[in-house]
Amino acid sequence: MNCQQAKPLIEPYADGELDAAAILELEKHIHDCPACALAWRNTQALKEALKQDALFFAAPKELRRKIKGELYSQLSTKSRWGFWSWNWLTATTTSVAFACLALLLTVTLTGPSAQQQFAREIVSSHIRSLMASHIMDVVSTDQHTVKPWFNGKLDFSPPVKDLAVQGFPLIGGRLDYLGGRDVAALVFQRNKHLINLFIWPVTATGSEPVPLMPINGYNLIHWSEANMTFWAVSDLNGKELMEFVQDYQSGTPLK
Amino acid sequence: MDERERLKLFEQTVLPHLDAAYNLARWLASNDHDAQDVTQEASLRAFKFFGSFRGENARAWLLTIVRNTFYNWLQKNRPKEIAGELDDEALAVEDVSANAESINLQVADAETVRRAIAELPVEFREIIVLREMEGLNYKEIAELSDVPIGTVMSRLARARKQLQKRLAGEFKPGGQR
Repeated sequence: MNCQQAKPLIEPYADGELDAAAILELEKHIHDCPACALAWRNTQALKEALKQDALFFAAPKELRRKIKGELYSQLSTKSRWGFWSWNWLTATTTSVAFACLALLLTVTLTGPSAQQQFAREIVSSHIRSLMASHIMDVVSTDQHTVKPWFNGKLDFSPPVKDLAVQGFPLIGGRLDYLGGRDVAALVFQRNKHLINLFIWPVTATGSEPVPLMPINGYNLIHWSEANMTFWAVSDLNGKELMEFVQDYQSGTPLK
Repeated sequence: MDERERLKLFEQTVLPHLDAAYNLARWLASNDHDAQDVTQEASLRAFKFFGSFRGENARAWLLTIVRNTFYNWLQKNRPKEIAGELDDEALAVEDVSANAESINLQVADAETVRRAIAELPVEFREIIVLREMEGLNYKEIAELSDVPIGTVMSRLARARKQLQKRLAGEFKPGGQR
């Protein structure tokens, strides 16, 4: 090995990247060549100088805390936005349903200009939630589990009813977030169709159930009573969804 | 896996490398405030893309995200600092005279070395930090920086040569200390 061959190998040698055969040859050359021996010593000296602990910046404690806090708060936001976890319901379907509902709500509440922005926000936040498995807050076929689950999580008590006899079994519930507030979402099922019933308190007077124009195949019915407002949304046909609403209205809430 | 379990796993596998992440960001961004911003953004992105992590080397994976986040940040905040492509081939014609004198770097205190590194162009700072402080091997650096191993070697050699020159200047007999 001559100097020209040796020079480019000195640093890889110091970095532990050289194979055994090359190491042997290089060491032999360094032993006999003062110039390469000097280059080798200088490389080592530089590596030593760079290895000082004082050069390493450890993450400030406060940064670590901030990041953890941010991650956990994302988690709780996600779980609020996160929709049904039933695996036979595709996430895409859900996002469309949610976007449509939100769209409608916003149209009602704030008019069309803010509506698009809100819808985009919801869609993108849902797309984020697609990256992970969804969180179902409470899955239960037992309404006695669902009802107490909401206690302490909301500043109101949503009327939880089971309509299994009428063919709309209650299968779960969760907290959701719409129009800037926490809302209750009850989930009912008819055959393979899911019905989401969003509930939150209002001060407005009661109104009769009104079906809205279907959006992308989803039917919506809105009404209010007893200082609560209700939004039912489903891919169920309009007639059966209205049946559901009537059954729900005449059903007895759990105490 | 539910979201909570995912975060647990993330905390166990990725967050232990937060020091490494901050160190890289700190050297690249040159100040604490910007380094914190970059590290935080990178960590949140890492969690978002945690699904794509295959479990090989969490540190190298996180550092890749830190690096990418930093260059995005740089583009947005200090576009002037983005140098043209480094001429990695220039090394071939550079002579090796910088090695001709012995340099006693043992006496180089941390502050002097810190200044010498800080004065390097960002690509050189990056490779020095990745190799010498974060301990990544050539292959890992090549993957992280998305360049061939040959480029890693020549860039590293040039970065070291610049450092040696700066530090040797500091300690030349009669030279300015």
